[in-house]
Amino acid sequence: MLVASAVSLAAVRADDAPKPWKVGAYASLTGSEATWGQSYERGTRLAIDEINAAGGVLGQPLELVIDDNRSKSGDSATIVRKLISRDKVIAVLGEVSSGRSLEAAPFCQQMRIPMISNGSNPKVTEVGDYIFRVAYIDPFQGAVMARFAREHLHITRVGLLTDTTNAYAVGLGRFFKERFLHEGGIVALEQRYSGSERDFKAQLTALRAANVDAIFVPGYYTEVGLIAVQARELGYRGPILGGDGWASPQLAELAGAALHDTYYCDNFSLESSDPVTRRFIERYRARYQLDPDSIAPLAYDAVALLADALTRAGSAQPAKLRQALATTSGFAGVSGSLTIDAKRNPQKPAYVVGFRDGQYRLVTTIAP
Amino acid sequence: MSEFLQQLLNGISLGAIYALIALGYTMVYGVLRFINFAHSDVFMVGAFVGYYLGRLLPEHTVLGGITVLVGAMIACALLGMTIERLAYRPLRGAPTLNVLITAIGVSLLLEYTGQLVFGATPRTFPAIFPVAQFEVGGLVISSNQLMVIGVSLVLMVVLQLIVFRTRIGTAMRAVSLNPNAARLVGVNNDVVISFTFGLGSALAAAGGILYAINYPSIDPLMGVMPGLKAFVAAILGGIGNIPGAALGGLLLGTVETFVSGSQFSTYKDAIAFGILIIILLFRPAGLLGKFTVEKV
Repeated sequence: MLVASAVSLAAVRADDAPKPWKVGAYASLTGSEATWGQSYERGTRLAIDEINAAGGVLGQPLELVIDDNRSKSGDSATIVRKLISRDKVIAVLGEVSSGRSLEAAPFCQQMRIPMISNGSNPKVTEVGDYIFRVAYIDPFQGAVMARFAREHLHITRVGLLTDTTNAYAVGLGRFFKERFLHEGGIVALEQRYSGSERDFKAQLTALRAANVDAIFVPGYYTEVGLIAVQARELGYRGPILGGDGWASPQLAELAGAALHDTYYCDNFSLESSDPVTRRFIERYRARYQLDPDSIAPLAYDAVALLADALTRAGSAQPAKLRQALATTSGFAGVSGSLTIDAKRNPQKPAYVVGFRDGQYRLVTTIAP
Repeated sequence: MSEFLQQLLNGISLGAIYALIALGYTMVYGVLRFINFAHSDVFMVGAFVGYYLGRLLPEHTVLGGITVLVGAMIACALLGMTIERLAYRPLRGAPTLNVLITAIGVSLLLEYTGQLVFGATPRTFPAIFPVAQFEVGGLVISSNQLMVIGVSLVLMVVLQLIVFRTRIGTAMRAVSLNPNAARLVGVNNDVVISFTFGLGSALAAAGGILYAINYPSIDPLMGVMPGLKAFVAAILGGIGNIPGAALGGLLLGTVETFVSGSQFSTYKDAIAFGILIIILLFRPAGLLGKFTVEKV
């Protein structure tokens, strides 16, 4: 907070420099989802610095005002209120979590300030016409995995193992099931667990006894790792599928070889051959000495999308900026070519990755 | 049929871990008449000691695995004795409630010191023992499950021998029956109590290692749920009674597994605890516990 206000004071004093476009962001820089928030900040800063180095937008640089919500629910609304009322930002970026995006979105909508979220829950953009997102939504993710299971893996009987305490997992499981049935598959058995459990052998034994060809696990990576290990221990050798909640380097560390023949759907792939993506990966590695995960590219795309809309709108007047964002079409993002649809969600390809030789590699790209 | 046997095996291997932790609760209750709530966190420390030791040693070897197991048991025995010396001994003779609150304090201290020292993010436990799977009919048995059952069985037999066949075991039973009378006949109560804590904590450490081998994601709050289950198991079997704790653990693990594998998996804790309530209604002292009248 102190840092942010010091930055804004400095900006007021520098009269000779062109007045910057202030962009607000809120992220989980500390706390339980700190790795997500930090990655988000890295992607955002990289995009802003590159745009400024190339002369800014309409002759003015972008200035980032970022604040930490400590991965807690309740802080995001306050931060966004401050960003809009005091810092007078032209747009708000955030957050990776759908829950925290939903806390901030109503105020942005009320104040008519465009917000670009990373959350995948459909409800986020349903808040109003000023709320956009760069991540694809859970129904799309579920449909992609259902199609992948039917068309690529030729699976007929599937079992579900869902974390009933996680809204994301429940939603994703439902969307997968609907599409899988629609594609002519059979859902043989649905089993449940509650988050932070460690023993899944009972559920997995029941799934094995139901003779399923594949298991769909729409949870987060810690439980998924344990599920994969225990499934293999019980002698289940078939494929295990999931969504972007799997995306973490910790998954491979936890489950190792047990991940053989497991697949999930992600927003980004390090192996994409798209030249825009390749250039982004090189620059990200050069600056941070790290491989980008699937969050940094989305953060980068949110900034790029905003700069693109700002250029087309010609000013930061909220209604014009909103209109420009809403009419984005075929934008060359680092996470793929992106078109904003009528519900302010992106239409873009999904990457299905599979575990081979100790890491997840791109298996196929599925277009919307 | 094979599904039933598989679930039974899953249940017994889960229950064996509950039983190991439950033994620590029951032994401390037996000699001191109070519940050591820090016990489940000693279990967590055991897993972390195993984590650090396991990274120093080569993976997948029987010798390395046993070294880790014994190392963690020794470290936790010392930790348990230190906790007793620093936190509980000064309160000897104070009302049980005071000691109980102190135990909750020690538990929180261990959990949050753990978050500070080990970090709050889950760690991946190394594969310290060799891993193999056997298929018998439709039944898949993993070496980890056999190990849990085998190690638990050996430790319970050893414990039974210590309690009923050694001098210190006789002293433990004497203190449990009547601490004042024990002192009168020359038993050093402090030594006996310290030994009891050491023994119980070593079993918790063994439980922690076995748990981490089967569920290789460990974090400083990992002891909370298994600790609660083991506490229930100890009550179910009759608190203060060693075979009772083992029976309670096995029963709870098996019931939990069968409910998890059915369509009612989300109600598994509700059903497990419901059974506890029913058993206690009919047998207030637990399955093997003796109902004793408090003398005034």
